[in-house]
Amino acid sequence: MQGESLTVRNLEICATPLGGEEHSIVNNIGFTLAPGEVMALIGESGSGKTTIALAMLGYARRGCRIAGGSVRLGETEILELNAVQTRRLRGHRVAYIAQSAAAAFNPSRSLMDQVIEGALIHGVMDRHSAQQKAVQLFRELALPEPERIGMRYPHQVSGGQLQRIMAAMALITDPALVILDEPTTALDVTTQIDVLRAFKKVMRERGTTAIYVSHDLAVVAQMADQVLVLKGGQEQEQGRIAQILEQPAHEYTRSLLAAARPDAHLSPPETARGDELLRIDDLQVGYGQRDRNGHPDKVVLDHIQLRIDRGQALGVIGESGSGKSTLARTVAGLVAPSRGAVQFNRRELSPTLRGRTSEQFRRIQMVFQSADNALNPAHSVRRLLNRPLETYFSLDRNVRRCRVEELMDLVKLPHTLLDRKPGELSGGQKQRVNLARALAAEPDLILCDEVTSALDTVVGAAILELLVELRRELGVAYLFISHDISTVRSLCDDVMVLYQGECVESGRCEEVLTRPQHNYTRKLIGSVPELRQGWLETCQWSTQTEASAPLV
Amino acid sequence: MNEFRAMTHPRTNSRRRVTTGSRLPVASPARRNRPRLHLIRWVGLGLFGFWVLVAIFGPMLAPHPMSAFVSDEIYGGASTANLLGTDYMGRDMLSRILTGARYTVGLAIIAALLSSLIGAGFGMLTVLLPRWIEECIRRVFDTLISIPSKMMALVMVSAFGTSIPLLILAAVLSYAPGAFRIAHSMATNLATLEYVQVARTRGEGKLYIAAFEIMPNMIQSVLTDMGMRFVFIVLLLSGMSFLGLGVQPPAADLGSLVRENIGGLSQGALAVIAPALAIGTLTIGANLLIDSLSTSRGSQKE
Amino acid sequence: MRNAIPVLVLGRLSSSLVTLFLVSLVIFAITSMLPGDTAQLILGQFATPDQVAALRTELGLDQPALLRYWHWLSGFMTGNLGMSASNGVSVTQLMSDRLPNSLLLAAITTAISVPLALIMGITAAMRRGGAVDRVLNLVTLSMVAVPEFLVATLAVLLFAVKLDWLPALSYVSTVESFGDFMKIYAMPVLTLCCVLIAQMARMTRAALIDQLDSAYVEMARLKGVPPMRRVLRHALPNAVGPIANAVALSLSYLLGGVIIVETIFNYPGIASLMVDAVSNRDLALVQACAMLFCSAYLVLVMMADLCAILSNPRLRNR
Repeated sequence: MQGESLTVRNLEICATPLGGEEHSIVNNIGFTLAPGEVMALIGESGSGKTTIALAMLGYARRGCRIAGGSVRLGETEILELNAVQTRRLRGHRVAYIAQSAAAAFNPSRSLMDQVIEGALIHGVMDRHSAQQKAVQLFRELALPEPERIGMRYPHQVSGGQLQRIMAAMALITDPALVILDEPTTALDVTTQIDVLRAFKKVMRERGTTAIYVSHDLAVVAQMADQVLVLKGGQEQEQGRIAQILEQPAHEYTRSLLAAARPDAHLSPPETARGDELLRIDDLQVGYGQRDRNGHPDKVVLDHIQLRIDRGQALGVIGESGSGKSTLARTVAGLVAPSRGAVQFNRRELSPTLRGRTSEQFRRIQMVFQSADNALNPAHSVRRLLNRPLETYFSLDRNVRRCRVEELMDLVKLPHTLLDRKPGELSGGQKQRVNLARALAAEPDLILCDEVTSALDTVVGAAILELLVELRRELGVAYLFISHDISTVRSLCDDVMVLYQGECVESGRCEEVLTRPQHNYTRKLIGSVPELRQGWLETCQWSTQTEASAPLV
Repeated sequence: MNEFRAMTHPRTNSRRRVTTGSRLPVASPARRNRPRLHLIRWVGLGLFGFWVLVAIFGPMLAPHPMSAFVSDEIYGGASTANLLGTDYMGRDMLSRILTGARYTVGLAIIAALLSSLIGAGFGMLTVLLPRWIEECIRRVFDTLISIPSKMMALVMVSAFGTSIPLLILAAVLSYAPGAFRIAHSMATNLATLEYVQVARTRGEGKLYIAAFEIMPNMIQSVLTDMGMRFVFIVLLLSGMSFLGLGVQPPAADLGSLVRENIGGLSQGALAVIAPALAIGTLTIGANLLIDSLSTSRGSQKE
Repeated sequence: MRNAIPVLVLGRLSSSLVTLFLVSLVIFAITSMLPGDTAQLILGQFATPDQVAALRTELGLDQPALLRYWHWLSGFMTGNLGMSASNGVSVTQLMSDRLPNSLLLAAITTAISVPLALIMGITAAMRRGGAVDRVLNLVTLSMVAVPEFLVATLAVLLFAVKLDWLPALSYVSTVESFGDFMKIYAMPVLTLCCVLIAQMARMTRAALIDQLDSAYVEMARLKGVPPMRRVLRHALPNAVGPIANAVALSLSYLLGGVIIVETIFNYPGIASLMVDAVSNRDLALVQACAMLFCSAYLVLVMMADLCAILSNPRLRNR
């Protein structure tokens, strides 16, 4: 089956929050796709992009309702179908690829069972030919052991493989329209590139019409023909991908483009190098039982060596499981190293919290990734900021009040938020409070663990800007942990690349990131999608290791 | 908790089906559901509140002393003189229920408070103590929780004879372990959260962390849990009284009232039905109230 | 890693044994911590000191507590549970007379309540938010809080007093017809089932709804899988663990309920034997009954945990 044309007109979707009034969350959305074209829905969380994409399947999540409009696929008006007709449409003519493949596969059924289920239910083919077709798709999607991988269960294959198997599940019935809902967001960049390539190949070959939901403009640039920019359920701009990338008409699109690559306009401040602040020599961190030589059962970090001078920022880059968070937690004293020690201010730090002095606590502050979990929901913002002032400084009540207000100014938050609880703040505001609390201690070193990762790109870029500014104004040093190269480039002087618990390369930021020496660094940098069309085709990097390595 | 939360999503699957392009009138099932939720809460609050008031003021309102013989008729039906009839000795049932409710509600409230205090207290404490002490405490409570509550009460009564302090002790020994288990798992979960780690890296002491970082975030769940324990304890204590092993004459709680009048059951005597219904309305009321409160709290979080 | 399941199962079994041992310690401690003297208690105030001393020796009360505990425990292993103080018959004898009755009552109740509760729970989960679900919710929410004797009284009132279908509170010792069978079991089983079904249905519904809200069920829906198949093929296999847990926990509740029900309906089971023993302060019998009930409880809880371990797909398909 070839892709069919898709026409959406005046789509309206309403939601009823519990105990609240019904209100519109998607407003007057319309677009047209020719057969075989890919439309990207782009926007931040809450922009309604997934809600719109699901409406293409005639589906609205619990608490939501498609209130009006039309979705026409070929000759079929999807929103006018009854329940049985809608069911026949789903997984047959319209297929869905979900964000988290790990959650979207049933843990207790084999992968093959789930891949061919749609084809069997809709009577498209018999079990034998469905299995053959699935194997064929596995092969096209460059999955290892295509004949045998279907016998496995979801927890037995890696995330990148699972995502491709989900693509096979969607394509098994040769659908006219495929909905891809952030299909690579949960993956590391080096895995993402292969998945994107596989998706693009099978979809181009079949001429499938597709909706691609994403927050990442660079990914969209590789996959889409058209783009619809959304904010708060409203269309901001719509056009061909080239036009959106090169001549964005709408202010919001421009801010998205700017936020996507913060290093284009943001760079680390020129600061004079001070004395040595933090030094780590041959550090090893591990969990579990130690053997006779003191080696732990599971080594998370090994042979780590680093130095941060006063006022300097070191970026630590790595993918999931590289041990980068453990590094920050070791410096903070939450994890004791199994070998080596941390020198702070030329004095050895106690490996655990117990032996550290109040002054050492004050000088090293940690800012966690998710401000949702890092701020106690029971305390007001004032209380959160007051506590470090009480702990570290003996200040008069009035002085403390002034100091709290200063801190709010420093992170650019209005004083009116002081008496709110974290639950009443937005994600960006929470992260600013989180930072302000660390600054309240007047620290020498702030450990930032993925502080922008959980935020929308525009909000994250603003936080990054704030971090750069604080560096310039307060001369505070950072140990900045991230998986995103461009954020490191825009904030840090030095960089260190971690791979499976070991440092593969380190040095000056511009040095390492522009002329990487190690193969892994090159691959990591080369795998980050660029904001231009055709990058995916020219990019040489591929995770061949994943295909040749034995399955987990 | 999941059970409660499940109730907060009252929409049917079929309702998600899409109708034609024209706008539908805004009549969401969720909206229709809200008054019902409130209705359950008010019914629960009404029943529970009624019995609490009876427990406080009942003895003052009773028309007769509870052990006064007011009628020659035994197992008498409802009459203007005896609104709830008379019991097996011709005493006024209304007066006896009004007086007996104080035992049922009062003992259960005391036992529930103690259970939750002890359970939640140890649950919090284990976060502060060294690992091995925590293990010991856990082991003790795990053992106690493996003895069904009625078994515990029966064994204790057989050894020491029944008395009101003993009944309370039996209830606490049976229900504190459950409160401990919930508080302990909540506290250990909260202790791994990032804001607690932030407090640790700030150099805060364990006591501060327990009292100001962990406690405020579990207090509501502890209170809900205490409500559940109240219901269970009412059922346990009235069950014991019903077996003749609980509150002893001349005092009587609602369970003993059912027991002493059980002989009237074959005649359908009000004297046996009225106290049984009294316990039923008390526990159902408390259960409805707790369920609706925890439901609405669950939905606020979402 | 291949043998994770045997390791987990063995671990669970041994932890149950340890708990049972500790439970026996608690039960023995409570029953031997008497402030007075058991022998005095049995013989009454007017016994001569000689009689008391003789009985003390006979009961072994003059031995240290730890030794007595050891004798008691080893008696359990060999099936020698001592003599009943009130009627001089061996405890083993008394219990083995009554045990089959209780087991039969429990078996009938289980056979009726489990399927009914599962059907109710699954129906409510499938029709979530609908009229059926709401009614079931209200009914089960009320039923879980109702004392057994209220159900029993109302049942007697309805079936024996008003309708006159069944005799009230009487026990027929010989079963000759279906009518006799109904006379014995209808009301006890009905009473036990009420609370039990309500509990199990609620927990089943909650366990299933947890799964129905998961991403993979949404995925199945978006593949066009019909509702019935979504529940039975997709959600249910993953809810087996929690549902088994619900069933086992509810059945352990049966242990408490059976005490009231056997008493109220004069049913000659182990629970009414125990209640009598408590009234007579027949400690040997109480200890034995308590140990039996606690073991049954532990076995049920352990079976629930084993079900959860065995139904975990991550452990099963390694």
